[in-house]
Amino acid sequence: MNTLSLKRVSASTSPAPGVRQEPTLAKYIDTTSCIGCKACEVACQEWNDLPPEATVQLGTYQTLPQLTPNYWNLIRFHEYEQDGALNWLMRKDQCMHCGDPGCLKACPAPGAIVQYGNGIVDFNQDNCIGCGYCMTGCPFNIPKFNQKTKKVYKCTLCSDRVSVGLEPACIKSCPTGCLQFGTKAQLTEVGNRRVKQLQSQGYPNAAIYDPPGVGGTGVITVLAHGDQPELYGLPRDPTIPLAVMLWKIPLKWLGSLAIVGGIIGTGLHYLRFGAKHVPLEKEEP
Amino acid sequence: MSSAPRLLPGNRVLRYTLHERLIHWISALAFIYVLLTGLAFYSPSLYWLAAVLGGGPTARFWHPWSGVLFMAMCAWMYRMWRADMRITSADRAWQQALPRYVRNEDEALPAIGRFNAGQKYFFWLMFWSGLLLVLSGLVLWFPERIAWSWRGLRYLAILVHVSAALLTIGAFIIHVYMGTAVVRGGFTSIIRGEVSQGWARMHHALWLRDLK
Repeated sequence: MNTLSLKRVSASTSPAPGVRQEPTLAKYIDTTSCIGCKACEVACQEWNDLPPEATVQLGTYQTLPQLTPNYWNLIRFHEYEQDGALNWLMRKDQCMHCGDPGCLKACPAPGAIVQYGNGIVDFNQDNCIGCGYCMTGCPFNIPKFNQKTKKVYKCTLCSDRVSVGLEPACIKSCPTGCLQFGTKAQLTEVGNRRVKQLQSQGYPNAAIYDPPGVGGTGVITVLAHGDQPELYGLPRDPTIPLAVMLWKIPLKWLGSLAIVGGIIGTGLHYLRFGAKHVPLEKEEP
Repeated sequence: MSSAPRLLPGNRVLRYTLHERLIHWISALAFIYVLLTGLAFYSPSLYWLAAVLGGGPTARFWHPWSGVLFMAMCAWMYRMWRADMRITSADRAWQQALPRYVRNEDEALPAIGRFNAGQKYFFWLMFWSGLLLVLSGLVLWFPERIAWSWRGLRYLAILVHVSAALLTIGAFIIHVYMGTAVVRGGFTSIIRGEVSQGWARMHHALWLRDLK
């Protein structure tokens, strides 16, 4: 990706250099037509050349309990009983590529997290210091810390593929078409059409998940039970954690003022009152 | 604390033993390292400090260890100075006259012991803030070990860590300013350990009286 595409850069003292006008891209995930085949998981591992992960028996079809530094794309299997009928909910979990990324806001290392003009949020491990603040800033529990490299990893939305006009590996591998890639505007329309269809098919609460609290996401998720995103392991109304906002705005300003004030204050005190000398008569007992 | 003779020939007084000076300076260096690397993580404008101190990942690696060393030294000082740091009635009287101390009208101040109230409060602020910093720092040190369901702890740790750090920075600025620029002889005393009897009489009369 090019410097001209940088919309936001973490811990930067100057505005991001991006000037390109690009459409916001998104990934479309229709949980209602996902069959849980996990081709996307395999494609992600293969394209990114990630090593295999040892797993544990979870008693479900889910590959791993959660995302790991070497596993950026995970189909989550949820069982939900409604009126005696079992609903098997499968949702592809990965970085949501937030419009207002909490990871980027929390990051103290210049250039370690960037957001491109097309909306992709990407980690630059060569600038990462491994503090893990992004893990605290993310409301979706996505970035994962690698103990060996001391860096944090997550889905790149295949920024390498996208930059040369290819769709992300997971999209390419999907056999049902429940995954699509395109501009966010276009996919929102596709999602709205699908929601209407679901509503007429007995899912009155079907909805798109694109939470405004994080500036919308670069992932458009269609949920049959859109009124209960928790069923899919999604937070109802995600925002950047209040603690991160307090820390990065008022506390930082107050603190900087106090530090500068303290230095100026002591300087003024010295100019006005000066030093305490021991008078000569005190020296003689 | 130490049994070393405090009254020295030539009207000199031993204010800090070698042991006390050493502990003070280890904690000072540890504090300065956590302070500078912490400031680098605190503000992008100060990130260059991390570059000077070995680079971002290096600073990230040593910052918590340096913090642990600082707290260990604080604990040592607590053992060493706990009795000296108790706030006494003499301190309260001195505190009432604080504006005069600030204006350098020292003749009119009540006599006090080995440390003045300002030094004592500085010690306790550093001690308790240090404890909060180490506890919250443990959470920030290993965020990946804090389960997602316990993430509230991470949020709390961030706020506690920054707030306590800012308190120590304010106290540190005043401490360094008083010890070097204002109270002449104070800086020498923490390096070479000695002060004159006149200095002891002016700043810590009750301490000198008790030594004699």
